[in-house]
Amino acid sequence: MADLQAQERHDAHRGFPPTGRSRVVDGLRAYRLIAWMWIRSTMAYRASFAMTVFGNFAGTALDFVAILLMFSRVDELGGYSLGEVAFLYGLSSAAFGLTDLALGSVDRLGQRVRDGTLDTLLVRPAPVLAQVAADRFALRRLGRITQGLLVLGYALVVVDISWTPLKVLMMPVMVVSGAAIFASVFVAGAAFQFVAQDASQVQNSFTYGGTTLLQYPPTVFAKDLVRGVTFVVPLAFVNWVPALYVLDLPYPLDLPEWVAFLPPLVAVVCCALSGVAWRAGLRSYRSTGS
Amino acid sequence: MDTQTDTQKDFGPADDHGDDFIRLDGVEKVFDVRKKTGFMRSERRQVRAVDSISFAVARGEMVGYIGPNGAGKSTTIKMLTGILTPSGGRLRVAGIDPSRERTRLAHRIGVVFGQRTTLWWDLPLIDSYRLMHRMYRIPDARYAENLDRCVELLELAELLDVPVRQLSLGQRMRGDIAAALLHDPEVLYLDEPTIGLDVISKAKVREFLRHLNAEQGTTVLLTTHDLTDIEQLCRRVMVIDHGRLMYDGPLTGLHEIGESERTLVVDLERELPPIEVESARVVKVEGPRQWLAFPAAQSAAPLVARIAAAYPLVDLSVREPDIEAVISRMYAEKATS
Repeated sequence: MADLQAQERHDAHRGFPPTGRSRVVDGLRAYRLIAWMWIRSTMAYRASFAMTVFGNFAGTALDFVAILLMFSRVDELGGYSLGEVAFLYGLSSAAFGLTDLALGSVDRLGQRVRDGTLDTLLVRPAPVLAQVAADRFALRRLGRITQGLLVLGYALVVVDISWTPLKVLMMPVMVVSGAAIFASVFVAGAAFQFVAQDASQVQNSFTYGGTTLLQYPPTVFAKDLVRGVTFVVPLAFVNWVPALYVLDLPYPLDLPEWVAFLPPLVAVVCCALSGVAWRAGLRSYRSTGS
Repeated sequence: MDTQTDTQKDFGPADDHGDDFIRLDGVEKVFDVRKKTGFMRSERRQVRAVDSISFAVARGEMVGYIGPNGAGKSTTIKMLTGILTPSGGRLRVAGIDPSRERTRLAHRIGVVFGQRTTLWWDLPLIDSYRLMHRMYRIPDARYAENLDRCVELLELAELLDVPVRQLSLGQRMRGDIAAALLHDPEVLYLDEPTIGLDVISKAKVREFLRHLNAEQGTTVLLTTHDLTDIEQLCRRVMVIDHGRLMYDGPLTGLHEIGESERTLVVDLERELPPIEVESARVVKVEGPRQWLAFPAAQSAAPLVARIAAAYPLVDLSVREPDIEAVISRMYAEKATS
């Protein structure tokens, strides 16, 4: 009797799991399922949710208040008007906000490695990166995006941009490519945490630090820093390089004009590289279990 | 890669051949441990967590996997579930190489980590099950059937709508076991399933595992510190220490090899000199209570009868030897022989 049942169940597994389905589709599906569980978990504490959404909005808005305070004393910052700085700020915040919403908790990977809970994800039939990315999915992070988009809207009203169809097209492309570039930094940082589990602060300096950097004009920073952000960790392609084309302002480094249209390509290359880094990190974890 | 032919090869009748559901041949796991010896300088040392282990488990077996902390139990389980990649040797579960096809294997195995819950802390228990339903793509009818069975046997009916954070440790463990079984795994791995549970919860978990194995034919591999788990559940036990398989056979044989002893605790009516009885010796006396050691392989009944015939017996209990004691005796045996 028992044997028969076991055989029956074994048969049921024969067509299972469906093969040929792409890992990306599998990953997105798992992401959606887990993110929804986290949303419902947060809704268990509604009042707290409402307060953290407001807190997130207000906390990130303070960044812009700092810029406003500066402009109450001076008319220009590094040769940029308030509207132009707001343009950079809005783009950077919106792109970063999207990434922060989608995978803001991957920096907890080191913690998961330390306490061993990563193992519980590895026995599930879903890509680990999707599960880690969806971890602690929090709608309160919409606060940062909202705030970024509001500032961007303000900039579009006050700055006199000579619009062309190309420039209009560049706006959504910049935000999406920028989010993808930030995402690759998040994932590469998480991959590094497989090796160094206490490296989440290093990662934060590139992600949160990076977005703050991009909120200011490149002209206020030293040339070497601008070079590093352009050629080494290409955060400059989130907003600086393409946005200055839209604003008809010169980039501090001598770059050809077509570089302004590179963000989608830079994003694809960065994502591919961080994907490789992630796989290497996961492989190293599975061979060392550290 | 042609996944279609691969699937047919692995799921085809050939993989049931010989009935070895789990098979390890000379499996090794070597960790590189880096030790800091100064600023920016470190020393590399290799640690063999699992050292050339070979065994096979047939479909439908229930096996206890025991050993002291750090012996390599968890490392073995992690290799069997595909979490860790072996450094050497060959390993197959249901014809699948776990480390290479982790997600495919995931549909066919269930894992319960005794000290790490996979349930959603702030949500009602049933929500965690609904997630499993969708993540494992369990057909609706099968999910309903499996959930009903688990709810009934693990007595979860009243807990389904309770947020997991409000469950007791025993309730949560039962909840975790159910979560690991909804997708009909062919094998269930349990890492310390009774750790920290009270006596009643332990009994419920054991009763359920026994039923699962007997009625469903699910293969069960469990690690534990509690020899009672093994005694009540497993006909076969494997002992691992320092990454090596020290023993593989029935529990009674382990007692014989280890020359282990059980302890009979008797309460007499009054303080008396140490009991003199055949095949047992008094190891401790405290007022009217006396502790007698006797070989673990021997039945306690005749011993109790002999004592009851000669002494005014009020109460008694039998204590099982703990695993550490059994294993240390095994070593002593090996050293002298």
